[in-house]
Amino acid sequence: MSHDDHHGVMIPAPGPEFVAHEVAHHFSTPVQEFQAGKLGFWLFLATEILLFGGLFAAYFYFHEVFPETFRVGGQQLDWRLGALNTSVLLLSSWTMAMGVRSAQTSQKSKTMIYLVLTVLGALGFMVIKFIEYSAKNEHGLIVFSELFSGYDEVTGQVAWFKDYHGVMKDVAHGHMFFAIYLTMTAIHGLHVIIGAIAIIYVLYGTSKGRYHAGYYLPVDLAGLYWHLVDLIWIFLFPLLYLVP
Amino acid sequence: MTTNTPAVDVQTTQPKAPRENYLNCTTSFKSWALTLDHKRIGLMYLIGTSLAFLAGGVFALLVRLHLWEPEGMLFSNPTYNQIFTLHGAFMVFLFVIPAIPGSLGNIVMPLMVGAKDVALPKLNLLSFYLWVIGAVMAVAAIVMGGFDTGWTFYAPYSLYTDQAVVTIGLAIFVLGFSSIFTGLNFIVTVHKLRAPGMTWFRMPLFVWAIYATAILQVLATPVLGITVLLVAFERLYNVGIFDPRLGGDPVLFEHFFWFYSHPAVYIMVLPAFGIISELVTVHSRKPLFGYKLIAFSSIAIAIISFLVWGHHMFTSGQSTYAMFAFSFLTFFVAIPTAIKEFSWVATVWKGSVALNSPMLYTLAFLIIFAIGGLTGVILGALNVDLHLHDTYFVVAHFHYVMMGSIALAFFAGLHHWWPKMFGIMYNEFQAKIACALIFIGFNATFLPQFVMGSRGMPRRYATYVPEYADYHKASTIGAMILGTGVALMVFYLVASLFIRKKAKQNQWGGVTLDWMCPTPPPHLNFDEEPQVVHEVYDYTTLDYETLQRDCD
Ligand SMILES: [Cu+2]
Repeated sequence: MSHDDHHGVMIPAPGPEFVAHEVAHHFSTPVQEFQAGKLGFWLFLATEILLFGGLFAAYFYFHEVFPETFRVGGQQLDWRLGALNTSVLLLSSWTMAMGVRSAQTSQKSKTMIYLVLTVLGALGFMVIKFIEYSAKNEHGLIVFSELFSGYDEVTGQVAWFKDYHGVMKDVAHGHMFFAIYLTMTAIHGLHVIIGAIAIIYVLYGTSKGRYHAGYYLPVDLAGLYWHLVDLIWIFLFPLLYLVP
Repeated sequence: MTTNTPAVDVQTTQPKAPRENYLNCTTSFKSWALTLDHKRIGLMYLIGTSLAFLAGGVFALLVRLHLWEPEGMLFSNPTYNQIFTLHGAFMVFLFVIPAIPGSLGNIVMPLMVGAKDVALPKLNLLSFYLWVIGAVMAVAAIVMGGFDTGWTFYAPYSLYTDQAVVTIGLAIFVLGFSSIFTGLNFIVTVHKLRAPGMTWFRMPLFVWAIYATAILQVLATPVLGITVLLVAFERLYNVGIFDPRLGGDPVLFEHFFWFYSHPAVYIMVLPAFGIISELVTVHSRKPLFGYKLIAFSSIAIAIISFLVWGHHMFTSGQSTYAMFAFSFLTFFVAIPTAIKEFSWVATVWKGSVALNSPMLYTLAFLIIFAIGGLTGVILGALNVDLHLHDTYFVVAHFHYVMMGSIALAFFAGLHHWWPKMFGIMYNEFQAKIACALIFIGFNATFLPQFVMGSRGMPRRYATYVPEYADYHKASTIGAMILGTGVALMVFYLVASLFIRKKAKQNQWGGVTLDWMCPTPPPHLNFDEEPQVVHEVYDYTTLDYETLQRDCD
């Protein structure tokens, strides 16, 4: 049984290397099971977007209140590294889409290759993010060792914001931009890690031959999640790195 | 499938043996702890949320006892702050939000649509355990020194107080995801698992209400999640978004908080509306008046509720135009709500009303909710609210809705489906006494609060001027009566589990699918997949034999 008949592609029947899928007891048909899983996951993605929606609302609000802080703060980020990361994620979204396609057409080894490439993309993204964070750490814009050291009543400064080179000294509440930058990118980074774990999980399932034209829902869902992670970054990148 | 076959054999060879049902089909601890059966998960929710309700109730009684004297009788002022915060946080996050969807929604809704289970049973179990983790974290926060911010966690106080705000904040984040996953599960169940013939307009109104609630759970709760997370981040690494010392804006917190918490009022109350819609028709044995109106009004309430959050912030510093719009939109919520109230009353009208205990709780709801709803309209009026803001009038209003309406509807539903869930009946006489005590005690507690609130008694104060002493004493006495009624209810419900007086197969004469499957339901709910051929609430289809026959 395939859910993909209307795409008009030849779908090889699952061969001996695959495990037949059993529909869960409370569903009548595999189609019902597939649609229920998809609908549930789309709703979950909506909640993820709303979760980030709160952060985006905070971003826009403080961008209005402290435009100079956000302008100068944005200049401290390296847009080339941001752009590189954007390309890495976009590419990994493509490899993920190809992975799902290969699973749908029961091409086990192709699926494995594409999923491995996607995980490598996630890894690459995190490495570049780490390089960026280290630079901020060096310039005292986000001093990670002092992240939880609180607030100095006398100087009115947060402990993790030292600004060694005084780049933010002329703007109000210079730490605000980096607080929002750190919060948004860290939560996004967490999603990258969760997405990578999900992909590794379906990679394992693929190696066991669980996914094929008759049943590829988990690969599909991991793919949807990965595209969401990519989509959120596509909004984060221009807002944080490019908007004046 | 396989689990049902032996049951039939047993019944034919040994007629006395009880039929296999979801309670006795397996018995090991693991079969309960890791169950994927929506009915067992619902029962575990019922036990958990009831315990939270009793804990919250004890905190409430402590608050009322303390306020017996103007100077306060029991606690220091800081301790009093913690006690009323615990009352609010336990009641809202551990009881009112999860109770009806988690327990009755879980048990009854899949039966009503004719499904074998919810669409995503593992996610359902995860929801329950997230609730447990949230509850454990809430208790841990008490052990770690408590929290005194009020259940609303307003910044900047919640950022500065030296108490366990991070722990309770993260607890609420976890509870939020429990609620989101429940809602998500129910939306998918309603869309994908309805039995053949169960069209949208043949769905019982409890299902409609749970569905509208689920939409709100999914769309509003993430905003609360990120809000409490940001409060925790503020305390951990001084983000500054809500902290005025760092250029942040505490009013932004209020916007975030109420953007969730106003819809949350409907997350709490819509399931209650659903229960009442079911009960008025069954116990009046008459089709519901205005079925489609009630169904659509649930959806209308769900939509409008996203546009009115600013009515909690009339004194917080919003623009005059925003306040005007929020006040105006608030009146709009009254329309679908009133449609429901009128439809329920019209259903009872000329019905063949049976004053069973669930119906008594329902009638108590109808009276109390009328007061709770109308005082809400009063508070929605901008100029009046400026006077009544943060007084006991507000406290009385939302208790008329939260406790008097939602908790009473929950009790009503519990009494209604108790025989379905366990196949046993409680003592009806004691149930009626308890209902009377709860009704009288509730009104005695909160009517005086309307009066003292309109005369200026501020909420959340540990002490007060002696002029308000009589009102407070009346309120405290009322709370004792209310507490007695609840204690009696807990007693006879628990006792019924030991006395085991058999319920009827169809105790009240319902015609929705939840009464068509065996009582108590088997593991897979229906012996064969139900085919829906009748319109909903068609009492001409009632099989009177099932009202007489003892359940299996
Ligand atoms: Cu409100």
